[in-house]
Amino acid sequence: MNVKKQRKRGRRHPLATVALIVLGLVGTGGAYALATIPAGAQTGTVAQGSVEEGQALFAANCATCHGLDLQGTEDGPTLLGVGAAAVDFQVGTGRMPLAQSGPQAQTKPVQFTQEQIESLAQYVASVSPGPAIPSDELLASGDDIALGGEIFRINCAMCHNVAGAGGALTEGKYAPPLTGVTPAHIYEAMLTGPQNMPVFNDDNITPENKANVIAYLKSIENTTTPGGLDLGALGPVSEGLFVWIGALGIIVAITVWLTAKSN
Amino acid sequence: MTTTDHELPTRSTGIAVIEEHPVENPGFPPVRPRVTDLDPKKEKGQERRIVALFFVSIIGSVLAIAAYIVFPIVPGDMLSVRLNTMLFGVGIALALLAIGFGVVHWSKALMHGHDLVEERHETRGSEATRERAVEIFHEANEESGFTRRRLLRNTLITAAVVAPLPAVVALRDLAPMEPPYDLLKHTVWKEGTRLTRDPSGTPIRAADVTLGSAFHVIPEGLNDLPDALEQKAKAAVLLMRLKPEDLHVSPGREDWNYQGIVAYSKICTHVGCPVALYEQQTHHLLCPCHQSQFDITQEAKVIFGPAKRPLPQLPITVDKDGYLIAQSDFTEPVGPSFWERVL
Repeated sequence: MNVKKQRKRGRRHPLATVALIVLGLVGTGGAYALATIPAGAQTGTVAQGSVEEGQALFAANCATCHGLDLQGTEDGPTLLGVGAAAVDFQVGTGRMPLAQSGPQAQTKPVQFTQEQIESLAQYVASVSPGPAIPSDELLASGDDIALGGEIFRINCAMCHNVAGAGGALTEGKYAPPLTGVTPAHIYEAMLTGPQNMPVFNDDNITPENKANVIAYLKSIENTTTPGGLDLGALGPVSEGLFVWIGALGIIVAITVWLTAKSN
Repeated sequence: MTTTDHELPTRSTGIAVIEEHPVENPGFPPVRPRVTDLDPKKEKGQERRIVALFFVSIIGSVLAIAAYIVFPIVPGDMLSVRLNTMLFGVGIALALLAIGFGVVHWSKALMHGHDLVEERHETRGSEATRERAVEIFHEANEESGFTRRRLLRNTLITAAVVAPLPAVVALRDLAPMEPPYDLLKHTVWKEGTRLTRDPSGTPIRAADVTLGSAFHVIPEGLNDLPDALEQKAKAAVLLMRLKPEDLHVSPGREDWNYQGIVAYSKICTHVGCPVALYEQQTHHLLCPCHQSQFDITQEAKVIFGPAKRPLPQLPITVDKDGYLIAQSDFTEPVGPSFWERVL
């Protein structure tokens, strides 16, 4: 009995475990590096993905949480019927793959090339149909900024702020700022309702009006305001802080100076 | 002076301190000469500093005028408006602030700095003044006959009392003719009113409202009303679609939703802000004003914040064309509480 135990222990080299871990790490790291070619490498070329490549990428990067057949697991919702638009938004803004679970997915550097995102989108759309990625002509077709602004104020401004500066929701969730977001991503967010954002389908806000909303957002983003510093465009909170701390501080300082005796 | 006198309690002077230890007049703080009092060089230096401030003021005024001319407002160019107002304002601010700082510094550093006392004059007038005042009253009474001509006096007093009455009658009309709580109890929703999109007023089919959707809804025909805004303030509705199995429906409300489509008043029951921050995964509605939260799966029950009552639910169904319609008005007053509200 005792001899057997000793022999068993003696069979493995003392460094065998370490070697195995190193091998495993190098293997997964290499595979990861191969699967995620830096985004800059292929920009400029026309992105053309394929369903097969998308399936492979999905199985490697997404299936752990969303299931191999997009059916969803306890860790992630089903992707049946979300369409190419949802994939382009979630992966294209860096929200997916999720870095960690939390109140909501954060934007971070995009993890895939445009071609890989196209492949993923094509694969997800091929399994079950859903909203498609909008065309560039549609996105640029918004010409009624006033109507876009009215629709934005009725449907969007309560969460995203009237200037699109974003705002807080409950329990750590928040509506992100809409400045610097590409028109396609804004459109896809309205269409698919990512995370806690409600869905605004084409029967609620027509594609033309979605384009008008985008035109409005881009116009307030690109128009110079006569007021100068907007202090984050957050309204009374930042402006109040500025006045109470900055302006009142100066008034108090002047009052102290006025009543102090000269040296 | 006898010993008995000494034992008598001293009369109170109204000061809440024991007279043996009264508060001592601290007098003036010791005179501390300023550097400008001691050193004529320093005095000269301060003088130059004040002169410099006045020069800064002159420069500021000139800059303001120059900026106004050099950076004119170009119609349509917002940047020119910003530059014009900012530089013009900075120039004026410089001009006024420098005068102010210079004058104050002048008085503090160069004008004589000794303390002085100005006694208050007596509250009571002199005897002669008081006697003359009484005399004037008597003279006036005699000349006017105020106490002698009693009818004249009494009619004057009556007229003065009656004079404000027209104002009272007119002010009464400031209150609404009909009790306002009747207006608060009803909205323009009634049986068969179609739910329409805000702002276009186009009707909504049940099939349009996909899972996770949120529609901002006004009653059909609202835009044509003369008091559309007042009515919208009461009748605004948020329409959401949930999975029917997620809804906890209380008895009596079974047919108020249509296959998981529910309509709730958008007016917060706390102080009437529009509650429209809908989270489609948690099904929570958040009011942006005071952070009240309502759970749509539990018939808009309050789960956080200062609101005391759930949001009123609008009973809905579909008509024969598939459009969503209201079954009736809200069954309770929408919005915040008021005295006459019967719970």
